[in-house]
Amino acid sequence: MELIRIKGVDKQYNNGVTAIYDLNLKVKKGDFIFVIGASGSGKSTLIKLLYREEKPTKGQIIVGGIDVAKLKNNKVYKLRRKLGIVFQDFKLLPKLNVFENVAFALEMYGNPMGEVRKKTLKALELVGLKNKAKQYPDKLSGGEQQRVAIARAIVNGPKLLLCDEPTGNLDPDTSYEILKVLEVINNLGTTVIMATHDREMVNKFKKRVIVLDNGKLIKDYEKGSYTDVEDV
Amino acid sequence: MLRMFRIIGRNIRDAFRSIFRNFSLSVASISCITITLIVVALALILSSNFDNFTKLMKEDFTIVVFLDNKIDQVGIEQVEMEIEKLENLDSYEFESKEKIAASLMQTSDIFKNIMKDWESTNNPLQDTFLVKVNEVEKIKTTADEIKGIEGVSVVKYGEGIVEKLLAVFNNVEKALVIIVIALTFVTAFLITNTIKLTIFSRKKEIEIMRLVGASNINIELPFVIEGLFLGILGSLIPVIMVIYGYANIYINFDGQLFSPFIQLVQPEPFIYFISLGLCGIGIIVGMMGSLIAVRKYLKI
Repeated sequence: MELIRIKGVDKQYNNGVTAIYDLNLKVKKGDFIFVIGASGSGKSTLIKLLYREEKPTKGQIIVGGIDVAKLKNNKVYKLRRKLGIVFQDFKLLPKLNVFENVAFALEMYGNPMGEVRKKTLKALELVGLKNKAKQYPDKLSGGEQQRVAIARAIVNGPKLLLCDEPTGNLDPDTSYEILKVLEVINNLGTTVIMATHDREMVNKFKKRVIVLDNGKLIKDYEKGSYTDVEDV
Repeated sequence: MLRMFRIIGRNIRDAFRSIFRNFSLSVASISCITITLIVVALALILSSNFDNFTKLMKEDFTIVVFLDNKIDQVGIEQVEMEIEKLENLDSYEFESKEKIAASLMQTSDIFKNIMKDWESTNNPLQDTFLVKVNEVEKIKTTADEIKGIEGVSVVKYGEGIVEKLLAVFNNVEKALVIIVIALTFVTAFLITNTIKLTIFSRKKEIEIMRLVGASNINIELPFVIEGLFLGILGSLIPVIMVIYGYANIYINFDGQLFSPFIQLVQPEPFIYFISLGLCGIGIIVGMMGSLIAVRKYLKI
């Protein structure tokens, strides 16, 4: 089953920079994809296009049946509720504790209290932070904060999890833990797309790798690693 | 439906929570609302009292119609009929020269001595009609009309002074209206700006709400409800000041300012209207301010 289809997409920013050039890509349900490439190659732009933070200048993007390019600004939430997003800088609310940070989205949709509690604790358990539910983010390590962010992203059971350099601020051991968590989530059926610089992780986990260079998709490996890329 | 109630309930809880968690910012907004509303309250009280004063003054304007001394009872009745026909007539009263003499005699012994021998034939005073008009602005026209009636000798209404007073009243009233409106705008602007600043510091919160799939209404609602609470909390002190302060001033000054000429507006129900108005301004401006501020960070 196809989850994402990108057809002939160009993205040119207002300042004239073309970040994505004629991109075509299909993503199956349950895929785990690393998006790699040098800084400025268009990795982050690709992720942003997928959660409709940016609109493509040209072309079509379908995510889970939603035509993302045609989505109006005030309807973007419909797409966002179907996917989870994780960032390099975690984006947690410092004044809410771990539980509240994760429950935030569910409560906003108006889910009943009992359900919010159940789902939130389940997500926290999945990332191994059930015992820190009452802590505030500034009391947690970087890896723990990122795991809270992942719990928040998956709490609503999304089909797609987008990660924009989730290990960019973390040491190798912690990065490995985060990747393990993402792999578990992927094994539970969620498609994961992760933009990264992290050579070690890409090589270790042997997933599908797509390589961007100056906004162009130049390689798409089924089970790739950085060594393949360096051959290019 | 149930979901709707849950969302609103959660928003009310969150509004309270965020007022306390962003305590210093909330205090800034609330005190801004409080201070500006106190100024608005003062302006409202002043202008209402001035309005009251001019209304009472205008009610006191009277045309005094002196009748010919030779006029007989029939003539008086004819003049009365003519006065009744006046368009701008509010009320009138007849005072015979005997009555005037009698009331003058009561005021001093000198008058008493002079007037005690006056009979209706040798009473030099004139019978008068005291005419009050509906529209003070047209008092001159009405006075002229009365002057044209047969049997009327002299018409007095304080010419010159009345016109000047009316002009002054008009100008001051206009100025007060402008001041109150301007103040309301300044209040709205100040409060909106303060709330904007406080919401600016919560930009990240709004960004995250958007990322996790909050619709625009999802994001606006808690801020608007928070604005409502800020408005209520901010109008608390001004309302208390109006209710207790004005009632006390009224009692201490005996309901008049410096002289019986300037009557203060009765505290009830006046203070309740003012309080309601202040609360309304606070709530509306608080909610609108929040909405305007939060919309800056939404993509609509």
